Amino acid sequence: MDRDLPPPAQDADLPHSDELMACPTCDALYRAREPEHGAKAICGRCHTVLIAPRRGAGLNIIALSLSVTILVIAATVFPFLEINAAGLGNRTSILDVALSFRSGLLVALSVATVAMIVLLPLLRTLLLLYVLTPVVFDRPPAPHAAGAFRLAQRIRPWAMSEIFAIGCAVALVKVSDLATIGFGPAFWMFALLVVIVILNDSYLCSWSVWKSLEKNRS
Amino acid sequence: MEIAREKPVLTAREAGLVGCTRCARVWPMGRRTCGRCGSPLHSRDTTSLQRVWAWWIAGVIAYIPANLYPMLVTRTLLERSDDTIVGGAVELASHGDYGVAAIILIASVLIPVGKFLAIAYLAISVHRGSARSLHAKFRLYEVVEFIGRWSMIDVFVVAILSSLVQLSVVASIRPGPAALTFALSVIFTMLSAQSFDTRLIWDGGRKEGK
Repeated sequence: MDRDLPPPAQDADLPHSDELMACPTCDALYRAREPEHGAKAICGRCHTVLIAPRRGAGLNIIALSLSVTILVIAATVFPFLEINAAGLGNRTSILDVALSFRSGLLVALSVATVAMIVLLPLLRTLLLLYVLTPVVFDRPPAPHAAGAFRLAQRIRPWAMSEIFAIGCAVALVKVSDLATIGFGPAFWMFALLVVIVILNDSYLCSWSVWKSLEKNRS
Repeated sequence: MEIAREKPVLTAREAGLVGCTRCARVWPMGRRTCGRCGSPLHSRDTTSLQRVWAWWIAGVIAYIPANLYPMLVTRTLLERSDDTIVGGAVELASHGDYGVAAIILIASVLIPVGKFLAIAYLAISVHRGSARSLHAKFRLYEVVEFIGRWSMIDVFVVAILSSLVQLSVVASIRPGPAALTFALSVIFTMLSAQSFDTRLIWDGGRKEGK
């Protein structure tokens, strides 16, 4: 049930700019009209999804974000993978993995890896909780909610937990003929985490969030 | 479904409005920051192409040592091997792991090189104001944006291997210098793609009313 939004009818409408929206990727002008729940409004020119509200999205995002927060923290401290070969063994946590670049300049890479697989996903869910909780419960938005949501959207491409998951799979194949591998609890938590992060992002309609932040402020 | 149906599209710029690229709200032309989300407003980001090229050059420069230096240094009882990106994939393939070798080659060679070519092509064609195949060009940009992050796979593989495989003398894996330059190359190219103002693609061939 995806459909295009109507273009503005006449030039006379133009001054009422809070009813209008411009496609962020191609600048086509539309009259913003919320589609029914579950449907998407897409740009007729570049097919970018403009508005995609889903029923109960707010509560779902809050619940999923809470579980992401718990899972990230737990997955970071519990053992992640262990390896055994020729009577020797080693066990590692996600934090060990992220901090494995130890020598010289490679330390910078450790910092970036910690950020991309632990800190940024965590920061993003905390920001979403901060922004959405008051809005969902019909309270006025929290102070600096707009800045917080802007930051959350901005770090989205840099939160790479799903890419790390594929990296795990490749690494496991690489060492599987060298040694036997054991999965720690954190491995399964991380697998679950990836699914929840992706699900969570699919609930988030940024246009609806901006709209509600604007509405509840006044 | 939609086949070359070019209906006339009214853009915010033509209507004398400026659209916010972050929250899609429109404002009268001339306003500097979005009153809803606080992002800076530009009808068209005129410095976009400069930033695209700057990050692009940085990315290409970082990609060269990434392929010359070893990504992984593997020590076992008998030997020490320094694997570059391509060398590591070839070795995997020689062990029969064709699938994994293909993933590594696609993520670390095909995607980065394809991205460099795609971004350069898009930037050049926007600079010329070309109006040909706008949809295809925009599709290309979307693919570049979506796929760019996935090149980080190889860096994460190196991280996992070097923290996991630490079995004193039997076998140990350490990251090589290419891990850093490769990661930098991916990050720079992502920044290059993000700097691109896609509205410039769609302006191609339109009569600029200014």
